[in-house]
Amino acid sequence: MKNLNKIANELRIDIIDMIYNAKSGHPGGSLSVIDILTVLYHKEMNLSLDSSGNRVDKCILSKGHAAPALYATLASVGILDKDLLKTLRKYDGVLEGHPSIKIPGIDVSSGSLGQGLSIANGMALAKKIDSKEGYVYVILGDGELEEGQVWEALMTTNKYNLDNIIIFVDYNGLQIDGSINDVKKLNDIDKKISSFGLNLLKCNGNNIEELQETIQLAKKSNKPTCIIAKTVKGKGVSFMENEASWHGKSLTDDEYIKAKSELESKI
Amino acid sequence: MKSTRKAYGEFLVELGRKDQNVIVFDADLAKATCTDMFKKEFPNRHFDIGISEQDLVGTACGAALSGKTVFASTFAMFLSGRAYEQVRNTAGYSHVNVNLCATHSGLAVGEDGPTHQCIEDISLMRVIPGMTVLSPADDISTKKILSECLNINGPKYIRLGRSDTMDIYSEEDVFEIGKSKTFGNGYNGTIFATGNTLSIALEAKEELAKNNVNVRVVDLYSIKPVDKENIIKCAKETELLVSIEDHSIIGGIGSLVADVLSQYYPKKLIKIGVNDKFGKSGNAKKVYELFGITKENIISKFI
Repeated sequence: MKNLNKIANELRIDIIDMIYNAKSGHPGGSLSVIDILTVLYHKEMNLSLDSSGNRVDKCILSKGHAAPALYATLASVGILDKDLLKTLRKYDGVLEGHPSIKIPGIDVSSGSLGQGLSIANGMALAKKIDSKEGYVYVILGDGELEEGQVWEALMTTNKYNLDNIIIFVDYNGLQIDGSINDVKKLNDIDKKISSFGLNLLKCNGNNIEELQETIQLAKKSNKPTCIIAKTVKGKGVSFMENEASWHGKSLTDDEYIKAKSELESKI
Repeated sequence: MKSTRKAYGEFLVELGRKDQNVIVFDADLAKATCTDMFKKEFPNRHFDIGISEQDLVGTACGAALSGKTVFASTFAMFLSGRAYEQVRNTAGYSHVNVNLCATHSGLAVGEDGPTHQCIEDISLMRVIPGMTVLSPADDISTKKILSECLNINGPKYIRLGRSDTMDIYSEEDVFEIGKSKTFGNGYNGTIFATGNTLSIALEAKEELAKNNVNVRVVDLYSIKPVDKENIIKCAKETELLVSIEDHSIIGGIGSLVADVLSQYYPKKLIKIGVNDKFGKSGNAKKVYELFGITKENIISKFI
């Protein structure tokens, strides 16, 4: 198996290429979440289909604005044609700005924030009812926790003890208008979520080894798990790191050259 | 006499006995929506999501995307209003095969008043691409239309009511999605109705006949897709066109008929319904009178 760190770095290059090429998109959150996606799709997830044509493990990128990260990952595991990555956000392409169910490998459209966990609950519940194996992974942004529906959904996750769900919070601390604690006072995420009855785990969400270990712990729990994955927004590109302004904009020619050379130097 | 919500509850029980794959979601209103009938017989296949309508729609869609046959219910106000964006972006955009059954629609909710009288749902739902919108008028049509839903892929919004409705149809009637039902063949006019207003339209038709005014009544139970051909046929064959609905006349069936007319057979339509106002608490019949949703108002357009 290829080294996951190496894959994640290659996917970072894809993300930068895609967003530069599209002239718009969300680099900050795509770069923060890519290690989680790499571990899921290249290590943890069973991507085969069951007898009814449903993928055994599912993943919902609820923070759908990080679509470039998901598309690049799907291409890297062969679900999506790599040539399509060039068409991100393009009129004559299929890769919509946010994940669409029409795209191979996407289990549900997402991107309007707050909705992914409810959908994941429904999928996990269906698995329980039908005694089907497999996990439903759902990735939330930290700013996304400001959506009330997330907390409605957490109560449902707990009520039905959906231990076949693993939630990630991509905790990079920043949203469009600034810090998550300034914009909405979203303090003490871990206390809040564990008070909803979930098994709460924390890890460095940009560390491949820690992510793998934490997912193993989550799978051992008899309660649904939420992993608070501490990440760096813009991770891997020095001038984007921890800068809220890189939430949703493309790169100039100079920035593109700089970002690429930084990432390529790590190959 | 039976409410369409009760017919829905009975349908679910019958379907649940035949099909193990059927599951039902509710949002703390199981008694009112009548899904408690299903819950009683199949407690393990009924899921109460609590007072969380956005979560209700998302969870129902997730289960439907995993292959379950899903019915989800709450009041029309909350299903089409509170959870609108979930219905649009999850059920609609992902074209989820889910049955959204909204009870307590329209002014007919009565005493609970404007906050609970949803008179916008037809408008909100029919604008969503790929959404099927259905509005049965009685016990039999509710059950038959719900059966038809099982054969259509994609999201469906079924508009149901709180109060008892007259028995109009018989077991021989067929309810194809995209069609309509026509009562009579009078040439003096056509009354377009749906749901609760069908019985009002039929009463008006009887009264008008006594005055030698012969009209036909069209039940637009399938709001989307709508029976365009029948609307055009009635416009061609009859003199005066009237629509009546327990809904805002902005975006409801009146607007729908007007859309068809303006494109295919331009002709005047008189729209009866709620005209850009909120409802009012009170006995449903009285509230209908206040907003002119009465047979007398229909008759006044002809005589």
